[in-house]
Amino acid sequence: MEKSSSCESLGSQPAVARPPSVDSLSSASTSHSENSVHTKSASVVSSDSISTSAENFSPDLRVLRESNKLAEMEEPPLLPGENIKDMAKDVTYICPFTGAVRGTLTVTNYRLYFKSMERDPPFVLDASLGVISRVEKIGGASSRGENSYGLETVCKGIPNESWRITKVNERYELCDTYPALLVVPANIPDEELKRVASFRSRGRIPVLSWIHPESQATITRCSQPMVGVSGKRSKEDEKYLQAIMDSNAQSHKIFIFDARPSVNAVANKAKGGGYESEDAYQNAELVFLDIHNIHVMRESLRKLKEIVYPNIEETHWLSNLESTHWLEHIKLILAGALRIADRVESGKTSVVVHCSDGWDRTAQLTSLAMLMLDGYYRTIRGFEVLVEKEWLSFGHRFQLRVGHGDKNHADADRSPVFLQFIDCVWQMTRQFPTAFEFNEYFLITILDHLYSCLFGTFLCNSEQQRGKENLPRRTVSLWSYINSQLEDFTNPLYGSYSNHVLYPVASMRHLELWVGYYVRWNPRMKPQEPIHNRYKELLAKRAELQKKVEELQREISNRSTSSSERAGSPAQCVTPVQTVV
Amino acid sequence: MGGAPAASAGGRCERPPLLPRVAATQGGGMLGKGVVGGGGGTKAPKPSFVSYVRPEEIHTNEKEATEKEVTLHLLPGEQLLCEANTVLKCVQEDSCQRGIYGRLVCTDFKIAFLGDDESALDNDETQFKNKVIGENDITLHCVDQIYGVFDEKKKTLFGQLKKYPEKLVIHCKDLRVFHFCLRYTKEEEVKRIVSGIIHHTQAPKLLKRLFLFSYATAARNSPATDPKKHAVMFDTLQDWCRELERTKGNMKYKAVSVNEGYKVCERLPAYFVVPAPLLEEDIEFFQGRGIPIWCWSCHNGCALLKMSALPKEQDDSMSQIQKNFSDRIYRTVHRPPYETAKTEDLSSNFLSLQEIQMAYSKFKQLFLIDNSTEFWDTDIKWFSLLESSSWLDIIRRCLKKAVEIIECLEAQNMNVLLLEDNASDLCCLVSSLAQVMMDPHCRTVFGFQSLVQKEWVMGGHCFLDRCNHLRQSDKEEVPVFLLFLDCVWQLVHQHPPAFEFTETYLTVLSDSLYIPIFSTFFFNSPHQKDMNVGKESQDSQSRPLNLLTVWDWSVQFEPKAQTLLTNPLYVEKPKLEKVQRKGTHFKHQRQLSLPLTQSKSSPKRGFFREETDHLIKNLLGKRISKLINSSEELQDGFREFYDGWHSRPPSYQGLLLPHLEGPEIKVWAQRYLRWIPEAQILGGGGVATMSKLLEMIEEVQRLQEKIEARHHSQEALQAEAASPPRTSGRLSSLFPFALLQRHSSKPVLPTSGWKALGDEDDLAKREDEFVDLGDV
Repeated sequence: MEKSSSCESLGSQPAVARPPSVDSLSSASTSHSENSVHTKSASVVSSDSISTSAENFSPDLRVLRESNKLAEMEEPPLLPGENIKDMAKDVTYICPFTGAVRGTLTVTNYRLYFKSMERDPPFVLDASLGVISRVEKIGGASSRGENSYGLETVCKGIPNESWRITKVNERYELCDTYPALLVVPANIPDEELKRVASFRSRGRIPVLSWIHPESQATITRCSQPMVGVSGKRSKEDEKYLQAIMDSNAQSHKIFIFDARPSVNAVANKAKGGGYESEDAYQNAELVFLDIHNIHVMRESLRKLKEIVYPNIEETHWLSNLESTHWLEHIKLILAGALRIADRVESGKTSVVVHCSDGWDRTAQLTSLAMLMLDGYYRTIRGFEVLVEKEWLSFGHRFQLRVGHGDKNHADADRSPVFLQFIDCVWQMTRQFPTAFEFNEYFLITILDHLYSCLFGTFLCNSEQQRGKENLPRRTVSLWSYINSQLEDFTNPLYGSYSNHVLYPVASMRHLELWVGYYVRWNPRMKPQEPIHNRYKELLAKRAELQKKVEELQREISNRSTSSSERAGSPAQCVTPVQTVV
Repeated sequence: MGGAPAASAGGRCERPPLLPRVAATQGGGMLGKGVVGGGGGTKAPKPSFVSYVRPEEIHTNEKEATEKEVTLHLLPGEQLLCEANTVLKCVQEDSCQRGIYGRLVCTDFKIAFLGDDESALDNDETQFKNKVIGENDITLHCVDQIYGVFDEKKKTLFGQLKKYPEKLVIHCKDLRVFHFCLRYTKEEEVKRIVSGIIHHTQAPKLLKRLFLFSYATAARNSPATDPKKHAVMFDTLQDWCRELERTKGNMKYKAVSVNEGYKVCERLPAYFVVPAPLLEEDIEFFQGRGIPIWCWSCHNGCALLKMSALPKEQDDSMSQIQKNFSDRIYRTVHRPPYETAKTEDLSSNFLSLQEIQMAYSKFKQLFLIDNSTEFWDTDIKWFSLLESSSWLDIIRRCLKKAVEIIECLEAQNMNVLLLEDNASDLCCLVSSLAQVMMDPHCRTVFGFQSLVQKEWVMGGHCFLDRCNHLRQSDKEEVPVFLLFLDCVWQLVHQHPPAFEFTETYLTVLSDSLYIPIFSTFFFNSPHQKDMNVGKESQDSQSRPLNLLTVWDWSVQFEPKAQTLLTNPLYVEKPKLEKVQRKGTHFKHQRQLSLPLTQSKSSPKRGFFREETDHLIKNLLGKRISKLINSSEELQDGFREFYDGWHSRPPSYQGLLLPHLEGPEIKVWAQRYLRWIPEAQILGGGGVATMSKLLEMIEEVQRLQEKIEARHHSQEALQAEAASPPRTSGRLSSLFPFALLQRHSSKPVLPTSGWKALGDEDDLAKREDEFVDLGDV
């Protein structure tokens, strides 16, 4: 959503000749402002120097950045595998910030490209087709590149005596939205898992997400139990939860967090679903977290868009913001994750988290709780693992929620669940500016490619489907793009927090609208890049001085005769800039 | 929970000789022993009032208290007025309350609570404490409202009381909230302390009775630091001449001494600057009214001036004289085509002082929070509460006004003449804001302090009345200076590298408004100050009193704490200075490079309008025309100037403009949220960035030193290499203000429920997925 404006064909020219798969360009809801183009070209300059040091970066993508420099043509620079589908001259683009511009509109199999030479510098609008929400979309990019999927999703230290890895879902027969490998309590045999699966909506049984390294308290996730109006029970399910509790000797209790408001949980009984009754599950305490469903979130984001685009009303900004409820939802999600993290950390109690199906709110909650509890997930690679694990492999329905390849823009299955999660992460990075290895640009990049279809990462709905489509072979992973230029995504202030549990404050007083994402197309809103550069300069300076000191040290040790003993040490002292603090 | 009592002594040893340690004067006044031991603790207190204080907690606390003597520290000249023992201070902790026993005292300087909760601060942290005002000290001028709790009901306390409360709630002007439970205190002590506190904080006072004078008299012999080290004071003709020279205003403006000895006017300083052609008689004509007084000169020669209004005359002939006078005076700054001037009447077309007063009184209530329940209840409607106070909107209007003025000076090459009744409230605000934005010198610590000295202190801003220090009229109490600081904070927050000082600097400066040992904010005018310190009168006293200036930060803070006041990332290289001097020429160049300038974009707009107007209307419908209209509003000069500036990368050593859009004007979280335990981010907040930066800078310095010392012996180098970098502990976002609220390690969980969704209710009831689960 976030970026939108109108691209209209004006004048006497026949409206843009329709390219094969684009139904109509009128009211295409996508645009960048001039501004975005400026920032893009700025990043080209800086990334060129970096790309030489990138080892596992596919050559194809490097071309992408270099080709951006072709400034003088009205044709778009093309990616490998990208070709022009259609082109129309004398199209007028109405920029809400700077007025109308006339230029050439091009459609390729990847992007919508508009360029006008009327202005200096040329006005460029460049949007991948994937970000367009109200025009029929063309399916993903076909750029072939190196395959770098397969981030490991198995927890550290598993199996241990209480947990085991099972291959019962190897062929996705137990549950088609779960990954092939699952971690379950050790004393539950595969046969019983199947019976538990029949009692959980869509077979999404409770599986291990995270285990506390000291207390062994765990976070497990699942879908709602199929209790129904009659209040059905399942002995196997009850035993299963008991086994989860037993695996943690520190506590004689287990917490079940139901992400929904209790009203909705009750209403689900009519459909055969419901929630665990505390009578049936001994020693279990059920807590409702009052987080609303995907439809409420979609509506909230729609309202948000209305108040930030194209103009922001100054005088009623705050009450307008409040009326969208967007930050209220963020607050509730963070508060829910806080409760979970608190139970696990201070209460040393294991928790089970579910909503209705366990792939939207549940994924938000477990992944945020893990970010709070475990410093590993606050690193760039750790965060990639977190997304791969909690979102991709546990079957967050990316295709359905984003609506790739689906022309029905009013589809009720679309919802900004993942965006909301990233927003929560951003709020945490705001509250703990030195605790995350990645920066805001990293989060924005992830979101941009959630919609861009340039990478295969967020295509399809489940691991099974991605396997079927052979996506790991046919597409590039977003992570290999990111990992090839880590410098751009690194927070210069990162350090010294890895072992801490972080509790963000879930109060409106500390939440703010993510202007750098939602309002970035407004030319009056500028990101605070320069301050980051200052941090980077400081880091560079330190690295330079460190190097100097190393050199001096080496010189000294060379001069002294006993240099042979120390031969190895200087090299070890040269620590990478990010990790030394 | 109580912590180790031994540690607190460490902090006190740090006090400088200026503030000697004075033990409590009253015999047997020490906390504990007889009084507490025999008192309330053993008889289990009925928890009807402090139901949340569990008896065993009080007990624990009391045991420690008996082992400990808490001393009252008095400043020179400070006197103990009344006190009460066994007062229970209630503190919020881990979302439950607990109490700390101690002694509540009231002196002629402060209200202080002496308990043992100053414990467990390690030495490193005590270095960040304020040396004058402790965490449990409230200066009398810092007290905002006093409430009493009677049978669980909170009532404002003032005047003579018939009945004494069970609990005293003190709201401070720096937004701290104290709860003192008096349930276990002897009745006569309750009477004495409550009426004492009410009297000394709320009864109207005489200026001469300010603690300022007792302090200065008592500390007469202490070596005074030279205030000129910290700021230009603008109390001499030279200071003004130098400022004229610095801004290159000396061609058109002159410093005058016509008001020496305040012969002409008591509102104006002894020395000030006026347009060069102005005659000295003219200044005397209306006692300095109606005269353009110079504030600052822009690099292009245009000046920012202020003028107080002429008295309103009914008489026709008098008003004719006034008119002639004004016209003649106006021509000294408006002589087209050489020089033109624009008048900005701040009394009629801008904010009113009442608006500011109202807004702030609503706004501050949002932060004076009594308990957790209140915090979470207000959290749900936070943004609308914020908006209804309209404080942020007022900030926006002030910033916008300053930008408008800058546009006149910079883009239109006009003098700007600010007009206000006394030219001492909004004039100070707007002119100093404009200077902060235009003059990089004002963004250094020294320059900023000089600016406040020039525009506010010498500009005759009535600090005494506006802060209501003498409690003489609540109507006059308007936080104009605080509004200025908040506006500057917005700029600091938006452009951190442009300022040599930090938000912490602004916060402690705002706190210093209420500390009556500094003269800076305790007079209405330089005239009033000079009259009262014996500078002008031929008093019997041998020499005038030596009043401290607030700009000497070493009075309040140790060097270590002072590092938090300066910005390590300040971009100070004045590389652009040469370019700037080119003035108009340079400006022209910049304008050409703008993508949004009128000359370039208007033809296209014209084309668009002519050829496609009907298309827009007929074909495209409302949505598109909305977008087009929005782009057309860019036309006026202000927007163009503002957007033009923002479309370029900011130059920190040149003109600096704020963002004015809704999301960009924010709450000054450090000042307003720092005492609220629920709002503390443990291990996070701005202080995390700051300490990380300081750490990195320290390391860079260490490395640099190492390189410089390379000729030294090899062992030294080797040894040093081994020393690990300093690691910062986990500070809370409230640091360095609320040091004590840090032991909590549990998250704060919101308690409030969900607000009704209203029209989204039917969505909320919908299923997540349109899949029938029945057949599973």
